[in-house]
Amino acid sequence: MKNKDPDLLLFHAPLLRQGMTTPKAMRDVLYALLPATGASVWFFGLSAVLVLGACIAGAVLAEWFFDNGQPRGASLGDASGVLTGLLLGLTLPPGLPMWMALLGGFVGISLGKVIWGGLGHNLFNPALLGRAFLLATFPIAMTTWVPHGGGGELTGVYASNLALPFMQTGVDGVTAATPLGMLKFDQEVTPLTHLMFGKISGSLGETSGVLLLLGGIYLWLRRDLDWRIPVSILLTVMLFSSVLSLIDAARFPSPLFSVFSGGLLLGAIYMATDPVTSPVTPRGAWIFGIGVGVLVMLIRVFGGLPEGVMYAILLMNAATPLIDRYTQPRVFGRGADSS
Amino acid sequence: MMNPLSRLRRSFEHGVHPAHHKAQTEDLPIQRVPFVKDYVMPLGQHLGVPSRAVVVAGERVRRGQLIAEPGGFVSTALHSPVTGTIREVGDFRGVDGRFAPAVAIEADPFATQQVDASAAVDWESLSLEKFIEAVQMAGIVGLGGAAFPSHVKLSVPDGVKIRHLLVNGAECEPYLTNDHRLMVERPEALLEGAEIVRQKLGAEETVIGVEINKPDAIEILRRHIRPDQPVRVVPLKVKYPQGAEKMMIKSVFGKEVPAGQLPRDVEVNVNNVGTIVAIADYFLRGMPLIERVLTVAGPGVSYPANLVVPLGTPVREVVRFCGGLKGDSREIIMGGPMMGRPIASLDVPVLKGCSGVLVFTETETARRKEYPCIRCGRCLEACPYFLNPSRLARLSRARMYDAMKAYHVFDCVECGCCTFACPSDIPIVQLIRTAKDDLMHRKEPEV
Repeated sequence: MKNKDPDLLLFHAPLLRQGMTTPKAMRDVLYALLPATGASVWFFGLSAVLVLGACIAGAVLAEWFFDNGQPRGASLGDASGVLTGLLLGLTLPPGLPMWMALLGGFVGISLGKVIWGGLGHNLFNPALLGRAFLLATFPIAMTTWVPHGGGGELTGVYASNLALPFMQTGVDGVTAATPLGMLKFDQEVTPLTHLMFGKISGSLGETSGVLLLLGGIYLWLRRDLDWRIPVSILLTVMLFSSVLSLIDAARFPSPLFSVFSGGLLLGAIYMATDPVTSPVTPRGAWIFGIGVGVLVMLIRVFGGLPEGVMYAILLMNAATPLIDRYTQPRVFGRGADSS
Repeated sequence: MMNPLSRLRRSFEHGVHPAHHKAQTEDLPIQRVPFVKDYVMPLGQHLGVPSRAVVVAGERVRRGQLIAEPGGFVSTALHSPVTGTIREVGDFRGVDGRFAPAVAIEADPFATQQVDASAAVDWESLSLEKFIEAVQMAGIVGLGGAAFPSHVKLSVPDGVKIRHLLVNGAECEPYLTNDHRLMVERPEALLEGAEIVRQKLGAEETVIGVEINKPDAIEILRRHIRPDQPVRVVPLKVKYPQGAEKMMIKSVFGKEVPAGQLPRDVEVNVNNVGTIVAIADYFLRGMPLIERVLTVAGPGVSYPANLVVPLGTPVREVVRFCGGLKGDSREIIMGGPMMGRPIASLDVPVLKGCSGVLVFTETETARRKEYPCIRCGRCLEACPYFLNPSRLARLSRARMYDAMKAYHVFDCVECGCCTFACPSDIPIVQLIRTAKDDLMHRKEPEV
């Protein structure tokens, strides 16, 4: 008795795949951000949980709301919405009203990703687009910084977090300036150890440089990020500020201060490296990183704002298609002139 | 005494690292499958012009007898894999599902199946032209998988000098161990065949490139090199596609073969291990190409093996010899899992270019969810030709095939590294193949 042959499939080779998948890569970034997220809770207590949670809720809400059932567009399952929400939250002031954070997350996904065609099609980093929206819409709330809590007061909540939409929300009590703000407006330099370990005021995610670097190393080990981008950004910023501090050490910050202050590490490691919105070619990555570094320093030193990481990355995002076009890799067996 | 420098693992840039899956068969000696009743020899089982049948139905043929002559220069002869009777010369279903001309032979169950021993060929006294013609008439093609007629490769135009004969023993495809076993079991034949080709080409030396996951092969080959044979065995890094000839030339000699040119343009001639052994078998033992070594493996095979299989044997018989298919078998690949071709039926015959019969199950063939391209760049870092597969795949999806030429789509050798590396499970190399196929077969619109 002859057995029936199996119905053979005709999938074309290669049949083998490596183990990494896109949702896994997204989750890796979430894991890499866990230490910095934990630090934000340590420094700002329940407020951090509320603001981050509201951002993530807003982002996921937008993903769900615009899920049209088409394979293209919706990306609820791949963790990219949660990641956008978390990244946005980490750039916000701890005392921001929750409803604003929620709105920011929603706008980041809908205007930053969905209208472009969904995951993989957007030109700008969705988290930064959400932040740019918030900064333009709520300039006062977005630049009101609470003093650092010292850490450990896990149940503390800033009253402004709970403000209702469109009510006057004067932040009660004391406010504080970020290290870059102090430098820009008061010519006061914050000690480096404070910058590295979070004894400063600032947005949720920028208060602990060391933990951000740690997450970056994890991502590099997992091959989830193009090391050229953070390396070129940080080197450019250090070089730029070395030159400046050689000219006038009193007026301009030291290279290490430049690297560890503000949102630079968060931006360089986690936002500029968003593969969708950064060049895919190796040479393009260097150009992109150098561009971000130069723009950051130009805004910080010569601009009206104390911090410029967000605008620097968004501007370079816009240049990404152009960079990609002119930095196609040299093909095997062809001279350098083949483009 | 081993030169310490030769222990360095040389390699090319980029490429991928699939799990080898070779443990299943790497220590299994080559076995001979028994003769079966029916054989089918397609006339177009090599690259180029199909052969021309010289037998008719009802004719009696001996094992090793010529049954088809070359149909042109880029074509080669075919010989009967068994003693028996020509059943039919007609159209049979081929590996790709299409009907194509073939010779069907019914084996004589009472024949001894002795090879028609036409004695060894005195290769040393042959002129280069006669030597090349002899290779063509022996039906020898590249046994690494492409089945490109070997005599065409060996025909070097006037003025081109070949300095190195490179013998390709990389076997970078996962699962396959047929070249490995040949190197371990027939090192003398390999070295003799290499010497014949080297002397005929006038090359200075023979280099045998072997990935270092085959230390026994490296050791045995080195032990068998005679002092009068200018042969080096070069261990290579385990990386796919180390066995792509241009990659291997880069690994061994550090030279890039210019795009659109051939290895001979950098003074190298590359041949697969199996091809070199086939050349030795013909010139030293008078045996034309009527059988080949292949690996039967994969999670769907009951008893994996390395086999010598007469050409034209149905895959069904090969699989039966290996204990049959497991219940959850879903796909059979001829060749390696990275570049091989799926077969639609167990009745297709084993061809000259068939280096493996790999059976895969539900697990390997389950469709994974495809995500959008997030431009992570893993395919760029995988592509050994430094192409931009992510861009090519996007253009192919948009059917912008002409735009793909500017991105050097024709430099792609379809090694599949990009698809392997893609975390979004985009069928990149498949999309590129579609585009190349369209571009090559498109009729130019009339102006």
